[in-house]
Amino acid sequence: MEPLQSAIPLYVVSVSLAASLLIACSRKAPNLREFWTVGAACLKFVLVLSLIPPIVRGHIIECPLFTVLPGLAMHFRVDALGIGFAATASLLWILTSFYSISYMRSLREHAQTRYFTCFAIALSAATGVAFSGNLFTTFVFYEIITLCTFPLVAHKESAEALRGARRYIVYLLGTSIAFQLFAILLAYHAAGTLDFRNGGIFPASVSAAYLAIVFMLFVAGIAKAAVMPFHSWLPAAMVAPTPVSALLHAVAVVKTGVFVIFKVILQIFGVDTLMRIGAGIPLAYVASFTILAASVIALRKDNLKARLAYSTVSQLSYIVLGAALLSPSSIIGGFAQIILHAFGKITLFFAAGAIYVATHRTEISQLDGVGRQMPFTMGAFAVGAFSMIGIPPFGGFLSKWYIAIGTLEASALPILLVIALSTILNACYFMPIVYRAFFRSPLPETDSHHTPGHDSSPSVRRRIHEAPALMVIPLVLTALATVVFFFMPSLVLDLAKIVSADALGGRLR
Amino acid sequence: MIKEHAPVLVILVPLLSAVLVPLVGMLRNRFCWHVAFAATHVSFLLSGLLLFRVQTNGKISYRLGGWEPPWGIEYVIDELNSFVLVTIAFIGFLATLYARKSVVAEIEPVRIPAFYSIFLLFLAGLLGIVITGDIFNLYVFLEISSLAGYALIAASRKREALLASYNYLILGTIAATFILIGIGYLYMVTGSLNMADLRERLPALYHSKVVLTAFAFFSVGISLKLALFPLHVWLPNAYTYAPSVVSAVMAATATKVGAYVLFRIMFTVFRVEFDLEVVSITSILLVLSSAAIILGSVLAIAQTNIKRMLAYSSVGQIGYIVLGASIVNETAMTGSLVHILNHALMKGTLFFIAGCVLYRTGIEDIAGLRGMGRRMPFSMAAFTVAGLSMAGVPLTVGFVSKWYLALGALRADLWYLVPVILVSSLLTAVYFGRIIESIYFGRAEDGHSSGSLSRERMHEAPTGMLVPALLLAVLCLVFGISASTTVGYAEAAARLLLGGR
Repeated sequence: MEPLQSAIPLYVVSVSLAASLLIACSRKAPNLREFWTVGAACLKFVLVLSLIPPIVRGHIIECPLFTVLPGLAMHFRVDALGIGFAATASLLWILTSFYSISYMRSLREHAQTRYFTCFAIALSAATGVAFSGNLFTTFVFYEIITLCTFPLVAHKESAEALRGARRYIVYLLGTSIAFQLFAILLAYHAAGTLDFRNGGIFPASVSAAYLAIVFMLFVAGIAKAAVMPFHSWLPAAMVAPTPVSALLHAVAVVKTGVFVIFKVILQIFGVDTLMRIGAGIPLAYVASFTILAASVIALRKDNLKARLAYSTVSQLSYIVLGAALLSPSSIIGGFAQIILHAFGKITLFFAAGAIYVATHRTEISQLDGVGRQMPFTMGAFAVGAFSMIGIPPFGGFLSKWYIAIGTLEASALPILLVIALSTILNACYFMPIVYRAFFRSPLPETDSHHTPGHDSSPSVRRRIHEAPALMVIPLVLTALATVVFFFMPSLVLDLAKIVSADALGGRLR
Repeated sequence: MIKEHAPVLVILVPLLSAVLVPLVGMLRNRFCWHVAFAATHVSFLLSGLLLFRVQTNGKISYRLGGWEPPWGIEYVIDELNSFVLVTIAFIGFLATLYARKSVVAEIEPVRIPAFYSIFLLFLAGLLGIVITGDIFNLYVFLEISSLAGYALIAASRKREALLASYNYLILGTIAATFILIGIGYLYMVTGSLNMADLRERLPALYHSKVVLTAFAFFSVGISLKLALFPLHVWLPNAYTYAPSVVSAVMAATATKVGAYVLFRIMFTVFRVEFDLEVVSITSILLVLSSAAIILGSVLAIAQTNIKRMLAYSSVGQIGYIVLGASIVNETAMTGSLVHILNHALMKGTLFFIAGCVLYRTGIEDIAGLRGMGRRMPFSMAAFTVAGLSMAGVPLTVGFVSKWYLALGALRADLWYLVPVILVSSLLTAVYFGRIIESIYFGRAEDGHSSGSLSRERMHEAPTGMLVPALLLAVLCLVFGISASTTVGYAEAAARLLLGGR
């Protein structure tokens, strides 16, 4: 179908950008400042929703912006892949906003204005990536995300936070300049365009070796996808406040990475070209290695956020795997994983933050009996964990199912084993947490020296003592969402099937 | 009348004002600035007019005193030098605006009239080099600007500036002598000093030993003048100890003019075929400029003084400009030429801000910038923009230049130059990233200023210094977001130089 012209993608991106200015100007009035955040988040989501119906009907939405150079233009083109990512990010931004406000105020964090300003810019840039119609636009927003999340990671301004933030920016900026930009240059040199096109942009005359090099440079240059060995920025970024880890490092930043990998595989190279040069399966094996290795590392982490970080590294590679297998179902599964992992992982991070606010605990070994004290939080945590593992009736099952079918379609049986093994490993590192929280008796008071100045005499600890409601409600909602996705899979799969059909030129079953 | 004589007036206005300034200075010291300001303003407007006329009507030829070329001196304004001319006149104009406050703080009051006079001479010299079509006239202007440049550096109150200026004087004189020898040899065999005329006469003599020797003298002389690695040794000290406004103008214009002269000699006086086939100067320049790009960035990382760091970064950036010319295709040449403007914008901003910080706080060390984001938010925002641009972040001018250079390298099948460009971008990101981080996240230490309390309060540089810097920083973004205009000019100039390669 012919593309529709619309300025709504531009509005979606600029809503949060405008909000960031208003937030920065409302330094003196915290309530007004928070109003801007929430207002922009809701407006953004509504705008994104308004784009969904035409896309489900099969249209593509075009929104050209401006030309930087002859050949390089800022251009939005929204397709099913992009809208799925944008809708996920903007919906979760609403929930994260409430959660953030409550978290930051409960902990009396400093520099809240900077925090909310950067957060809004990061969301703008994430939707910018989602909507971008060519690699240049993607690259611009990709770099904006890196730069504007630096202050969020370095938020505490302690030596440790700065060290983590430095590693974060060195990895992300370094790989994007050294490899991604190189790849973009090579792609432009060979194809003469950077526009995303289903089926790829390279003429058949380009040699397989050249394409293979460009492909490798892209994979190395998109470090946000955290494929090993370019993953170690993600655990380092966990020094950030928990809402940042939740939205940015489970949704916006890392999903930008895998989203760009998806785009590059499907719309820069195209399935046929990658089949021809045989680059898909090697990438699938790299992703499989990452899935297993990160899970094993996660097993050994006692810090809750560190374990979640490695779990993210592992789960992201499922998405890369889905794209790399180049089969109809695996693409559906990879796309579904972008959305479903977002809801599951944000639940887990929200829970980690709620535990920290309520009890000031960060280590898994301190979590004995916490489930009795915080039943909602830990209940949601359990749901999120089940979804991560991929047990029905939780959303995560869907994506794993489709990726598993995809391995059969691509006749890559060893990878099916990887998925099975990874599921076991996931259970091994998530279930002990749930077990501790609900089935162990609370630790004696002497052990919790990590909770200075917090009133927690035994009588209080047996009672329910949750984090503030504004934190608990979002995490319960995201946990419920994973269940909803299982029972209403069409929410995800309708778009996923369009993505897959577009990528394979309508050859869906 | 003005339209007709604009080519000569661009030079004459600052040149005559240079004489006028000391006279005005006898009456009132502070009026000197007004004269200089008016002169550079007029010069800038005229250069803009020339650019416009060249873009609409094509090449302008102006005969000085009505003498026919090749006997008389001819001023030729084409797509190449109109672009460079505007860049220089614009930076000169902004620098004069900036100088008003900055000079009062950094130069002895009695020397101020002399300073403005020499400053105008310096600009007139640079503009003259660019506009003239006569190779001996070029040498004359080169000497005017060089001699004025030595004096400007020595005008600083710092004692080290004298030594730096003396060093530059020795090396600069060697360079000028080499260029003069080159001109002499060419005159000897052709009997002509007009560039267009030389271009016609030289091909028959390309294998003459005299011409080859002349070219060798030109190459070394000009490379010394534009501080191409490894002939850059005079530059770091000169930029570090010169008064802030002088560092800014020199970094933004003087080396660019050197690059312009190189291109003129290589591609207009001589032809591309000569550079490629007879002397293969381009492969030598390719190696030297790549080395300049990498080593300039590496040395910049090691610096602790702000201005010295910027100076080493200039060494690297000059490498970019020369690299584009030595790849010898239109894309890379476009990158190189557009970088003349883009680097002027970025480095101008950075040196201006370094001067603002010096003016307000007396800080010259990078360590002193810690926590400065709260104290001088506008200055630091400009510094950040220019710093990001230096690192080649997209939507800034730095990206535009690097894009064309890298693409040009690929199109010439010199793919190994792309990593050179990207690695230097990374190194640049390291040294600017470190500073930007400490500006916004560093805790200010006591001892650098009068008291710890005052460091948290906002205390910006004077408006007269801030406005030029902010304007340049904004242009770094404007010409990065919408580069079609500047790239269009550069492309036309590249086509002129390389004739469709």
